[in-house]
Amino acid sequence: MSAHDALPRLAAARMHFTDVVSVGGVGLRTRPLRAFLSALGIAIGIAAMVAVVGISSSSSAGLDRTLSALGTNLLTVSAGTTLLGEEAKMPFEAESMIERIGPVEAVSAVAKVAAAKVYRSEQIPEQQTGGMTTYAARLDLLPVVGATVRSGAWLNAATENYPAVVLGATAARRLGIGAASPDAQVVIGGVRFTVVGILNPVPLAEELDSGALVGWPVAQSRLDFDGHPTVLYTRAEEPRLESVRSVLAGTANPQAPNEVDVSRPSDVLTAKQATSQAFTGLLLGVGGVALIVGGVGVANTMVISVLERRPEIGLRRSLGATRGQIRTQFLAESLLLSAMGGAGGVLIGSGVTVGYALAQDLPPVIPGWAVAGGLLATLVIGAVAGLYPAIRASRLSPTEALATP
Amino acid sequence: MTHPMISLRNVSRTYPGGVTALAGVSLDIAHGELVAIVGPSGSGKSTMLNTIGTLDRPTGGTVRIDGYDVAELSDSQLSALRATRIGFVFQHFHLAAKVPAVDNVADGLLYTGMRKAERRRRAAAALKRVGLGHRLDHEPHELSGGERQRVAIARAVAGEPPLVLADEPTGALDSASGAGVMELLRELNAAGTTIVIITHDREIAAGLPRQVHMRDGRITADSAAPRELASEAAR
Ligand SMILES: Nc1ncnc2c1ncn2[C@@H]1O[C@H](COP(=O)(O)OP(=O)(O)O)[C@@H](O)[C@H]1O
Ligand SMILES: [Mg+2]
Repeated sequence: MSAHDALPRLAAARMHFTDVVSVGGVGLRTRPLRAFLSALGIAIGIAAMVAVVGISSSSSAGLDRTLSALGTNLLTVSAGTTLLGEEAKMPFEAESMIERIGPVEAVSAVAKVAAAKVYRSEQIPEQQTGGMTTYAARLDLLPVVGATVRSGAWLNAATENYPAVVLGATAARRLGIGAASPDAQVVIGGVRFTVVGILNPVPLAEELDSGALVGWPVAQSRLDFDGHPTVLYTRAEEPRLESVRSVLAGTANPQAPNEVDVSRPSDVLTAKQATSQAFTGLLLGVGGVALIVGGVGVANTMVISVLERRPEIGLRRSLGATRGQIRTQFLAESLLLSAMGGAGGVLIGSGVTVGYALAQDLPPVIPGWAVAGGLLATLVIGAVAGLYPAIRASRLSPTEALATP
Repeated sequence: MTHPMISLRNVSRTYPGGVTALAGVSLDIAHGELVAIVGPSGSGKSTMLNTIGTLDRPTGGTVRIDGYDVAELSDSQLSALRATRIGFVFQHFHLAAKVPAVDNVADGLLYTGMRKAERRRRAAAALKRVGLGHRLDHEPHELSGGERQRVAIARAVAGEPPLVLADEPTGALDSASGAGVMELLRELNAAGTTIVIITHDREIAAGLPRQVHMRDGRITADSAAPRELASEAAR
């Protein structure tokens, strides 16, 4: 058989990559609704995970932005309560004592004037105080706590002697006062005060948000205020903050240092953030379960697709498709399906993150690792979900596949 | 080339259930022949055609296509043989729904390694050749049965294979369309393609140059001179 030896060697041609993709998309084009629904399963899982990571990262970025703007070197000294459960008072000289500690850069104070209730007008019944508190405030308070004025102006050496009040953001909202003006008046301790200013929220001193801040002298003259500070705000050199912190209680109230509470507001905010991070882990797990369910949906779609398309598989084999090329076709279909779902999910998750961040006034952050991880996960899912159906398709006998009605 | 297009020696095919569809068939078909396979239902015609088309492997005997011993080829080599040397035409066309005729034909060349533009160019040429140059963008549901079978024939011949195998190509058509399809296959044969056609239609079979009759998995009569087969076997 010399003729036999002279025959050219047969070799299957390689398909071009674009052809592999286009053939892999045949099933998606012929059954778009089914493809859409099984891709949607993946999309929901990925969207959930990207949104959870994105919202959490945006919140962290928002906190970082707040802290870098406001500084982390604020220490708050509160009078606390006595052993008998009464509200404690700090001595008159507490502020000047603290100022003498070396690394301290600035001190300011407020004093709660508990007896002076805040009302919109004289007609409101006495009991409805609305959770607002009157504070006597030092004039240098704003820079120390990092507060800013939204409307009107802060108290000054003149207005601190008169019935003028600056409202915290929450207090202004509760009282229904949108802007400072000579006509905007509230009743504090039975005296009409004119609203001369409204503050923005104060992240490092949230107690001030629901406060009505009046001058120290007018509180003493008109509201029976005894002149003792109840909260001291202290800025100190950052590297020596801990040593300042350890002597603050004793300095502020040498008679009863254990009554005094010293806190660092930036730490409190960071700790709150850490608590919500733990919750993020849980939500991420839920998103992961959704993703796996989506993967099962893709596997199911692929199994059905292979069963339905037996005649097509037989035809392709008769046209010269190798087993490997049939396997590749269905694997590509599965990968396309889940990659579409993954891309859609990243878009939806990013959209949710940006929407949430804009609504909450946070910088939107979608970490690259979350996007890359999500897309990688969908490719792994697509490969796993498609492998078994693809192998089944490639093992079909061409004649039996063609004979399927 | 001295080897025949198709050479079967003692070919048998037994299905796992125990049915013997081919019981020792020997047959040579030379390049350029036009052959009708006839016989009652279940006589093994389709099994023989699938074996010739390398879609099915025999359980015994030797199959040579264009000189290649099928038993010695791997799956991917057999696939290459089908992609380059064999075109199939089926009774029920096997066209992809909602896909224009030109793309149905072009997809027939997908596994030859040709680029898409080249595939479409050849597909358009093949459709012109079967008289459907004006139907390139029509989808199967917009075509008559006869036109669909012409599209399927265009797909089978677009790569210019030396061998075309047709299993009852007129079986699903009315007699006028069937006659048109047969006319087309004759033209292709006249241009040099070896064609093997299974048919139930006595008239069609009688009009072809050679008839092979089958019954119970055996060849009972072959209109080609027995001498020819004997001389081939002795070579
Ligand atoms: N996949 C199969 N499994 C088992 N038996 C089969 C299979 N395909 C065909 N047969 C049997 O083989 C015999 C020949 O079938 P076939 O080649 O299709 O005949 P024809 O095409 O001449 O009608 C029949 O008895 C048929 O039932
Ligand atoms: Mg048959």
